[in-house]
Amino acid sequence: MDERKIRATKTRKVNRSLGGNIAMFTILALIGVFMAFPLVFIFNNAFKPLDEFFKIPPNVFVRNPTLENFETLSILMSNSWVPFGRYLFNTLLITSVGVVGHVVIASAAAYPLAKRKFPGDKLLFSMVVLSLMFSYNVTAVPNYIIISKLGINNTYLAVLLPAFAFGMGLFVMKQFMEQIPDSILESARLDGASEYKIFWSIVMPNVKPAWLTLGLLQFQFLWNTNGSGFLRNEELKPLNYALNQIVQGGVARAGAAGAVGLITVGVPVILFLLVQRNVIQTMATSGMKD
Amino acid sequence: MEKVISSKPFSFGGKERDKYKLTVWEQMKRNRSCYVLLAPYFILFFLFTVLPVISSIILSFTSFNMLQMPKFVGLENYARLFLEDDIFIIAVKNTLIFAVITGPVSYFACFVFAWIINDFGPKLRSFMTVIFYAPSLAGNAYFIWQLIFSGDRYGYANAILMNLGIITSEINWFKNASYVLALLIIIQLWLSLGTGFLVFIAGLQTVDQSLYEAGAVDGIRNRWQELWHITLPAMKPQLMLGAVLQITQAFAVSDISINLAGFPSVNYSGTTMVTHLIDYGTIRFEMGYASAIATLLFVLMIGTNKLIQKLLRRVGD
Repeated sequence: MDERKIRATKTRKVNRSLGGNIAMFTILALIGVFMAFPLVFIFNNAFKPLDEFFKIPPNVFVRNPTLENFETLSILMSNSWVPFGRYLFNTLLITSVGVVGHVVIASAAAYPLAKRKFPGDKLLFSMVVLSLMFSYNVTAVPNYIIISKLGINNTYLAVLLPAFAFGMGLFVMKQFMEQIPDSILESARLDGASEYKIFWSIVMPNVKPAWLTLGLLQFQFLWNTNGSGFLRNEELKPLNYALNQIVQGGVARAGAAGAVGLITVGVPVILFLLVQRNVIQTMATSGMKD
Repeated sequence: MEKVISSKPFSFGGKERDKYKLTVWEQMKRNRSCYVLLAPYFILFFLFTVLPVISSIILSFTSFNMLQMPKFVGLENYARLFLEDDIFIIAVKNTLIFAVITGPVSYFACFVFAWIINDFGPKLRSFMTVIFYAPSLAGNAYFIWQLIFSGDRYGYANAILMNLGIITSEINWFKNASYVLALLIIIQLWLSLGTGFLVFIAGLQTVDQSLYEAGAVDGIRNRWQELWHITLPAMKPQLMLGAVLQITQAFAVSDISINLAGFPSVNYSGTTMVTHLIDYGTIRFEMGYASAIATLLFVLMIGTNKLIQKLLRRVGD
């Protein structure tokens, strides 16, 4: 009895039965296998020598791991019409400008919505909340027209400008900023700090976990974009587009496609691992209160 | 310089005792800095979200091919959609099947997995989080399903089923209309533990532990009672946000259909409202007609979201 009590206080879990734990764990393990299997394939395929791709029946796990797929990929890329470095540059440019711009622009708008009262505050925020309730496909047709009329079709801006005003980012940032105590802002105001200074040197340093979260969500979106039909010049296309072209090469490109799979999945997963704790901390405040 | 006295409404002495005497314009002038900070975001937001929604609704009553001026045609686009366009009816049916199955299933899956994971220690919890979240994190990871359900003997699914003697000849999965929708639903579910899942994990960690101990004293005897009476009510805000994210995603299935089942898919078995919209908007350039599809989709998404929010407000009451 005493021993059980100690364990309960140690893990801080009450109302758990052993049978229930086993049942829950079994369910989770089964679904976990379903979720993880394709990822295991992706990982193994990246290191399979070509002959292992064409075995009947196919193997899941690689027998003789090799790096030759990555070599094939780099040869393919260096022979491509537009040099590989260009695609990489495009992606680095789009993701870095997109992430920084989004974090700054969305945070600037989130601060007054979280901490100030002014005419229109509720209306503006509820429009952003409403925008979470439909997907971007709904606005695709007029967006194409608007981007053409602005004369930014076939430029990086066609991808970047809409992404700067991503609704989820503002929502998450505003909810996170609400927990900053008003007293710090008050005392800065008494010291004569302007609102811009308060935003930049008091609020921003206090919301680092939320920056990382907005950054991750935005990175995820931009890393996966293929230019959404706006980047038509080959020299403007992002890495993801180039990599997908290789995957679509079919059987002949199976090895290189395996390497591509690992790169496209691996990069965002590694970034997520680095910022996971911050993301969870941010999401804890992001519920929808009405 | 603009003076902000307090984040609470204005406290004045003397003549301006009554803050309600400030007109809206005066209040706006006093809060000039707010609008300056809001401007970059909301200019873009109006340009790329609000304006498109409004123009989509307006364009849906026109015939427009991007070259000539839009011509007003009244309800013709809508009439054509429902009365003449058989493929649109298939698209609506498929979209609703996707939404009705993947919406609720993914929502409960997000919650249940987050809830089970929450009992684990921090290391195992963060490992499981990555495993579940990775598919949606890496947008193109679903290409691997093409290999798994490849139509020849190299496909893993065919190989396994043939080894077990369940089938004798290989199945061309994505080219067979009777399998396409089911496969896409499975893959969509695999992809659907996204931001909503993270929101739930985070929400569960914010529930005050002392509530559970107090609950045990008050006679809560098992994890199910604990879930219904303590956990769910404590994380209602996260449940609401999670619902919004999952619903929106469930109605927008398109990329996996186009990339795995083909565009158009065999017998339109994988056609959804979004793929139909893409067809008319980016290939046929019938912008008015595409806008009518977009408008219906918009109404459907917002309507479902509002309805579900109404239901969720009652959780734990």
